[in-house]
Amino acid sequence: MIDYEILRLLWWAVLGILLVGIAVMDGFDMGAAILLPLVGRSDMERRIVINTVGPVWEGNQVWLILGGGAIFAAWPPLYAVAFSGFYLAMLLLLCALILRPVGFKFRSKLEGTRWRGIWDTALFLGGLVPALVFGVAFGNVLQGVPFRLDETLRLSYAGTLLGLFNPFALLCGLVSVAMITMHGGAYLACKTEGQIRDRAQRLGSVAGLVMVVLFILGGIWAAKIDGYVVTQFGGVDAPSNPLTKEVARQAGALMLNYGSHPWIMLAPILGIAAGLVAVALMRARRGRGLAFIASALAIAGVIATAGVSLFPFLLPSSLDPKSSLTVWDASSSVTTLAIMTAVTVIFLPIVVIYTAWVYRVLRGPVTAEQIERDSHTAY
Amino acid sequence: MDVVALSRLQFGLTAMYHFLFVPLTLGLSVILAIMESIYVTTGRTIWRDMVKFWGLLFGINFAMGVATGITMEFQFGTNWAYYSHYVGDIFGAPLAIEGLMAFFLEATFVGLFFFGWERLTRVQHLAVTAFMALGTNLSALWILIANGWMQYPVGARFNLDTMRMEVSDFAAVLFNPVAQDKFVHTVSAGYVTGAMFVLSVSAYYLLRGRNRPLALRSMTVAASFGLASALSVVVLGDESGYTASANQKMKIAAIEAMWQTEPAPAPFTLVGLPDTEARETKYAIKIPWVLGLVATRSIDKPVAGIEELVGDARKRIASGLVAYRAMEELRTRRGDPVLTATFDAHVGDLGYALLLKRYMPTVTDATPAQIEAAAWDTVPAVLPLFWSFRFMVALGFYFIALFAAMFYLASSRRLERWRWLLWVCLWSLPLPWLAAEVGWYVAEGGRQPWTIDGVLPTFLSASSVSAADVWTSLAAFVVFYSALAVVEIYLMVRTIRRGPEDQPVPALSPRPAE
Repeated sequence: MIDYEILRLLWWAVLGILLVGIAVMDGFDMGAAILLPLVGRSDMERRIVINTVGPVWEGNQVWLILGGGAIFAAWPPLYAVAFSGFYLAMLLLLCALILRPVGFKFRSKLEGTRWRGIWDTALFLGGLVPALVFGVAFGNVLQGVPFRLDETLRLSYAGTLLGLFNPFALLCGLVSVAMITMHGGAYLACKTEGQIRDRAQRLGSVAGLVMVVLFILGGIWAAKIDGYVVTQFGGVDAPSNPLTKEVARQAGALMLNYGSHPWIMLAPILGIAAGLVAVALMRARRGRGLAFIASALAIAGVIATAGVSLFPFLLPSSLDPKSSLTVWDASSSVTTLAIMTAVTVIFLPIVVIYTAWVYRVLRGPVTAEQIERDSHTAY
Repeated sequence: MDVVALSRLQFGLTAMYHFLFVPLTLGLSVILAIMESIYVTTGRTIWRDMVKFWGLLFGINFAMGVATGITMEFQFGTNWAYYSHYVGDIFGAPLAIEGLMAFFLEATFVGLFFFGWERLTRVQHLAVTAFMALGTNLSALWILIANGWMQYPVGARFNLDTMRMEVSDFAAVLFNPVAQDKFVHTVSAGYVTGAMFVLSVSAYYLLRGRNRPLALRSMTVAASFGLASALSVVVLGDESGYTASANQKMKIAAIEAMWQTEPAPAPFTLVGLPDTEARETKYAIKIPWVLGLVATRSIDKPVAGIEELVGDARKRIASGLVAYRAMEELRTRRGDPVLTATFDAHVGDLGYALLLKRYMPTVTDATPAQIEAAAWDTVPAVLPLFWSFRFMVALGFYFIALFAAMFYLASSRRLERWRWLLWVCLWSLPLPWLAAEVGWYVAEGGRQPWTIDGVLPTFLSASSVSAADVWTSLAAFVVFYSALAVVEIYLMVRTIRRGPEDQPVPALSPRPAE
């Protein structure tokens, strides 16, 4: 059997990979939805935008569902605290996520500008709200969240919905929205032609620039806020009980890992550099596939930055730092982690293979002629 | 209402709403695969048109299933946080595997199902459809493995260090007999739903005298597939009864409103009026032997009645209290061998001690009256279970009869022989949904007062959120879901009225009634 410590590190990495997967895969269709009202001026243009993601959004959304399931399976306390603590924010996220599928499916079933206008707004919100809520959630996790665990590990939470939307968290929310918009622009540039592509590239590059600036600003800010340090803990292979450790609050603690492991600077550098490459390529209207890859790498860099800054914390508690969830005390049992590892090693490559095949079949830009030809099945 | 009641209401409503879409997805995906197989083997384009038409309806339904399914996954965390902590180590894994193994498969291929007709060869497209159907069915397998574990929690033990249940034998969780039976029963019920949907809509076309080639062929597929599925539902339902009688004795006793243990072989109460206060079933009409045969597959084994099982619960509460006391003492004397041995001997009943928390937060101080009350709490609501179950079973037999009749007519090519029978098919449309919803009520209502049978009481499972928050979400779901239901039904009806577009659409003037 593999070591508990290694499994926990592995699943910390898997958590990161899943978050990146959500942002890269589900992110491009959310980004396209955010850009929908801006790049699609006429009904046909909007249909083209929607149909670039039409055949693939369902598969993309599974990244999000898998993300939830994997947190449940591998980090049950994190799932319990994050989902119930952010109760109303989750409700907001859910409503937005429910709007998306029905928006795609229902919009073009009927003629009529009012009907389609309503669903366009729904799709826009379905892209914007999740991007914002995810970013804001990250902003709160970085600052610590007001929860406490009692001796039976029952959780109580002292925050409010409005409390989540504090200035630092809002900045993180904007980074996320800008990042997802950039990514949507890069995707649309690959899948459309002519004016839509021009607009997507222009708006995508602006969003990318905003993302890079806000990300740097967030980094400077994060250096000043209170972070958390573990002062005493049960060990890297101890049973998952968060209350067995001691935690202290300390200003600037989010920067400590960069001092002890300078190589993790690669994460923010990747976020900024790849972001700038994506911006430059989109501005120059060149290398569309490359711009998409650069944008995806920027996303990976930004999310990894949050992860390595927090490490070993998954979710610090501002109310009772001792209750904080870390990689070493908030995982599933060693057996469950081992089983999940085996399942992932077998099935994730299969998923990647058939997903790649589907994208290959669907390659090439979406055009007005295609939509007119398949008018009753196209979105 | 308190947070627990509100959370239960919300979970129940959103789950039942979600399950309006799931069975149709399960059934139609397989029917689409069958129809497309016929197209690929015969090359007759009408079968392709059928796949496209039923696929259109499948798509509208599928989107709603996806949308409402996300709510279900989130709700364990948002509203049942203590449950998530307490059993996430076991319960989370099938959910994650479901995503990886099933959702990706169905969701990735569903897009290609709609958009791939021009880009794929016939065989490739058939493979896409088949993978999509496989994905939907696999997702049912994994979610029912998770649900089966709630009914019959095998392969897990309580860990004192982490204060939660942890997996001890994953194979036992996978091959849980309750999960296996529930899977086949539920999937078959989905097939019945899909078959009934196709049967009813086809009957509508035949009654209107339009789209006959499509309707007759569709009806033939639906009748044969429906008959096989309806038989499977009842047979596997019976198998579920047998499994439950071994593993969920209280559920069976409550469904049968059997207050006292009857001498073997136990009779089956066909109808009656269970009276919870008097603990008896009035006006009961009993059929000798039947329950004993179904539940024990024997004529000499008794089926335990409610009062006997409450007596068992009383004993298990006492044993659970021993475990609970040892657990408290182990907090300060960690590792003490005598206490650990005592705890290990009684930990299986720890959940029963937790039942007392409703009456006395420090459960070790519970009075005998409170223990008695907690023992009776293990009895679920008898009257609604008794009648829901009978209603579901009656519908099950009705489906067999209807599909058998249609199958007979289809095989003798006389589907339009009796107009009234087509009306019966049309008006039977809502019945599979009704049966499925009632079936879920029997399964999950019969599990009360537990979320995990014998392990974690429902009232302890909820999140520590405010009632106001849950009111907000509940109101949001009701408003939001109702609006979506209106849109969904409108689009479904409209798509059905329009019919397959490749067919000449006759004017919408119905034939004069006969």
